[in-house]
Amino acid sequence: MKKIIIREEYCMGCRLCEIQCVVQHSKTKNILKVYKGKDIKPLPKIRVEQEGYISFALQCRHCQDAPCIEACITGAMYRDKKTGAVLCNEEKCVGCWMCIMVCPFGVIQRNIEGKKVASKCDLCTGEEIPACVKNCPNEAIILEDRK
Amino acid sequence: MNYVIIGNSASGIAAVESIREIDKENKIILISDEPYLNYSRPLISYLLGKKITVDKINYREENFYKENKVDLILNKKAIKLDVERKTVTLSDKQKIFFDKLLISTGGSPIIPEIKGLHSNGVFTFTKLSDEQKIESYIKKNKVKNAVVIGGGLIGLKATEALIELKMKVTIIELANRILSSTFDKKASDIIKNSLEKIGCKIITENTVAEIKEKSGRVTEIVLKDKTKIKTDMVILAIGVRPNIELVKNTPIKTNRGVIVDKFMQTNIKDIYSAGDCCEPTIAIWPVAVKQGKIAGYNMAGLKKEFGGAVAKNSVELCGIPTISVGETCPTGEGFEILEYNSEEKNIYKKIIIKNNRIVGFIFVGDIEKAGIYTNLIKDKIDITGFKQHLLKEDFGLINLPKEYRKHLVTGMGIEI
Amino acid sequence: MVKKSTPKEFIIERDNEKCITCQACVRMCSNDAHVYQPETDTVISYDEKCVGCHFCETICPTGAITIRRNPSEFKPNANWDATAIRNIIKQAETGGVLLTGMGCDKPYPIYWDHILLNASQVTNPSIDPLREPMELRTYIGRKPDKINLKTKLTPQLKLETPILFSAMSYGSISLNACISLASAAEEIGTFYNTGEGGLPKDLYKFGKNTIVQVASGRFGVHKEYLEAGAAIEIKIGQGAKPGIGGHLPGEKVTQEISETRMIPEGTDALSPAPHHDIYSIEDLKQLIYALKEATRYKKPVGVKIAAVHNVAPIASGVVRAGADYVAIDGIRGGTGAAPLVIRDNVGIPIELAIAVVDQRLREEGIRNQASIIAAGGIRCSADIIKAIALGADAVYIGTSALVALGCSLCQKCYTGKCNWGIATQDPYLTKRLNPEIGKRRLVNLLRAWSLEIKEMLGGMGINAIESLRGNREQLRGIGLTDTELKILGIKPAGMAW
Repeated sequence: MKKIIIREEYCMGCRLCEIQCVVQHSKTKNILKVYKGKDIKPLPKIRVEQEGYISFALQCRHCQDAPCIEACITGAMYRDKKTGAVLCNEEKCVGCWMCIMVCPFGVIQRNIEGKKVASKCDLCTGEEIPACVKNCPNEAIILEDRK
Repeated sequence: MNYVIIGNSASGIAAVESIREIDKENKIILISDEPYLNYSRPLISYLLGKKITVDKINYREENFYKENKVDLILNKKAIKLDVERKTVTLSDKQKIFFDKLLISTGGSPIIPEIKGLHSNGVFTFTKLSDEQKIESYIKKNKVKNAVVIGGGLIGLKATEALIELKMKVTIIELANRILSSTFDKKASDIIKNSLEKIGCKIITENTVAEIKEKSGRVTEIVLKDKTKIKTDMVILAIGVRPNIELVKNTPIKTNRGVIVDKFMQTNIKDIYSAGDCCEPTIAIWPVAVKQGKIAGYNMAGLKKEFGGAVAKNSVELCGIPTISVGETCPTGEGFEILEYNSEEKNIYKKIIIKNNRIVGFIFVGDIEKAGIYTNLIKDKIDITGFKQHLLKEDFGLINLPKEYRKHLVTGMGIEI
Repeated sequence: MVKKSTPKEFIIERDNEKCITCQACVRMCSNDAHVYQPETDTVISYDEKCVGCHFCETICPTGAITIRRNPSEFKPNANWDATAIRNIIKQAETGGVLLTGMGCDKPYPIYWDHILLNASQVTNPSIDPLREPMELRTYIGRKPDKINLKTKLTPQLKLETPILFSAMSYGSISLNACISLASAAEEIGTFYNTGEGGLPKDLYKFGKNTIVQVASGRFGVHKEYLEAGAAIEIKIGQGAKPGIGGHLPGEKVTQEISETRMIPEGTDALSPAPHHDIYSIEDLKQLIYALKEATRYKKPVGVKIAAVHNVAPIASGVVRAGADYVAIDGIRGGTGAAPLVIRDNVGIPIELAIAVVDQRLREEGIRNQASIIAAGGIRCSADIIKAIALGADAVYIGTSALVALGCSLCQKCYTGKCNWGIATQDPYLTKRLNPEIGKRRLVNLLRAWSLEIKEMLGGMGINAIESLRGNREQLRGIGLTDTELKILGIKPAGMAW
């Protein structure tokens, strides 16, 4: 399955990945309409962590043995059979946050706009290459096909 | 070969999935004493509070049993277990033969000794049928106020649901604070204040001595200090104990729950147990799922160990998210406490450390990245190098030692 | 008197309709030219801090930033332009020597742009590079006077294309930049030069594509260093600052640089002007042969000189002293740090230098004894063809390689704040130069130029680069005086053979 590999030695900390993630998950997918216009701005599902000159962008690892799928009380967290990605069915999610409690990477966020649901990376369902990987100016995150 | 699973909830379903990962052919028979397809137990409070509709309460899709080739027997209770002949007898006298058996009968609510307990309008709150009964009672009798006995997780979730239905609720709790098994006083007070703000009354260090009825319906309760409280309905939520009725009079060893080894097997070969009915009991959904999963693997022939679990709970009450993991109210020597308390932001964070390792934490109001701390507890990581960062707002993987972080991101177990 | 502040060189234009206040420019600018204002949730720019490196313009996700030159606010004056005035202001304030980076930017004539190439037609047909093999391979080293079947060649450097990467020291540029150069050289089959900064341990694995330099400061020169490279180059001078030694300001001497160069951390690394053991041509001969002895005559030893007035006799002496190749660096050659006044006024253009050196060596009958490598402001493949036709065996590219890696020639290399991660040691900045991407871009550049060279060769009816060397017949001058044509040794355009 496709995996996003993080290479912290090349991350510049520019955070363009966060912006492109927001744009990709918006309705219009147009950066000006999202940030300056009326399109709603979703939460970025990738976040850059930085300390001094060390930085890297972190998103859901789509673990083989995902603790969030185990912990989910409604069955909203499930694995997409085709891509192998771990996805959250927002219709089923009730915002109990068990997933946040167990995710060892801290990449699930509490989305409180409207219905409270868990928000996390979905590997840009439907796209060939996730928006963050496509737009990283220094190839600090790359896509690899790993068994 | 026959796999038989008694119990259609978290561990039962997880066992089905893990068995089918390895063994796609042999028969699985699943027995449930409820008439429903699998549903998520914790969701009944959301259903009562009308946060979800009944069609959304299922845990897995309707075609789960067909897809996984499971013979589902609903609405029949397993009443006898013959360990020698390897049979399970159901309430309709049916005898089911098994090669491997999983006992995942869950827990039953603890019923206290109170006079007037069997009046109309007194309910427990652990199953879907409880919720259905409560819903129809409220509708039929136009219930306006209720008393909830027990200020634990089930009691508070029930309270929240009832408040959503615009009822006045009074909570009676035995300990000096609500959520006494998971929260300390400070955290508990934050929730208490929020509940009181929305009209809920909380009485601590007290118990119910008598439930009074009139014309067959509950009218008031009497506390041990003789206080009387008028009420239309009572919900009992003082706790859950393992449901081990089935294994009485069998050679299966039990304590409070069914005793299992690290492979989830009982002292009898080929008989396993998982979830709220086994011991040590950590009665939380994720732990039951994990135990069921491990039991399933072992039943299908793949040896896997259950590495133990810490108590962990995530619950949002009155719009305040809270998470508590591990040892949250330590007694004795050798503990170090790190605390962050902001009244204006309504955030309270407490981390309990022993021997330079986190053993527990409580987060109220801000639960960002709680999972990282849970994992630090599980992997017993020495936190000396980054202790000062633990309560900072921007704490993340970046503060952990580089080798551990790289191992997390590319290591085995979590991802391959 | 009122202290005059240095007027700003650039204006940062921000299109506020497009600026989404993502703050990428704020985070990325090492000169802090962009600042976020939380009260108004806007980003404002301080033009006086901008050095014109264009990093913010490149990274802006909506293209909201444009960097413009500040239109001169002085009264127009052909003699006193803005630069001259600004320089005096700076010196009156600091009393210091003005430093600068990269190559001479003064409008001296660029002879490449006055030389035209030939193409074959009718009388001898051109060659189609897609149908016929084109030989770009060339060998750098001493060629024998005459050959018979038993002739043993002295050690040669084999180049798959007549382009090498010029000497840029680890210290003036970052380790990631060095790795990009080394790995690209390995992939293409050419060489890169360590410059006077020594060889860091991470680069020893590229040894067979490395030319190690022995400069006047002898930084990092030890036994393993000499053994590691494929050739050794003695640096007598460089085009950007002939007559003086290299400069590495103390800000850029980090712990790794200090270990590689074998000097204390934080001290300025100033190479002395001459090698203090070379005071005559005989001393140079001694050093050349000392290095050959030390490496058991297995590696070519070359000498790099700057193009100055007497470059022809100097080159002749160098060849006679036993050098296997002579690298000549013209006035347009780049540097990490040099006094402004020396960079802009000392030296001569490489075009003239190659022509006179090649001519002189042929006249003395010693042209075969050493290869000539030309350096100093080679900008495109046409410049390379012209350089070879004038007499060079190959060219060194420095500035072009850095531009391929992202450099925009802001000339502030000496500050150590290069936003592109090239001329800096700050780990926050060097991360930005991903050596994988750097290698890819350099390989692309060399590949593109090699293809263009093949096209031009084919057009001239030549199928091997060796046949172009010193082939002045393929060149014609345009807009040049008789003297210039004579020095270059080429005919004026319009004149047939």
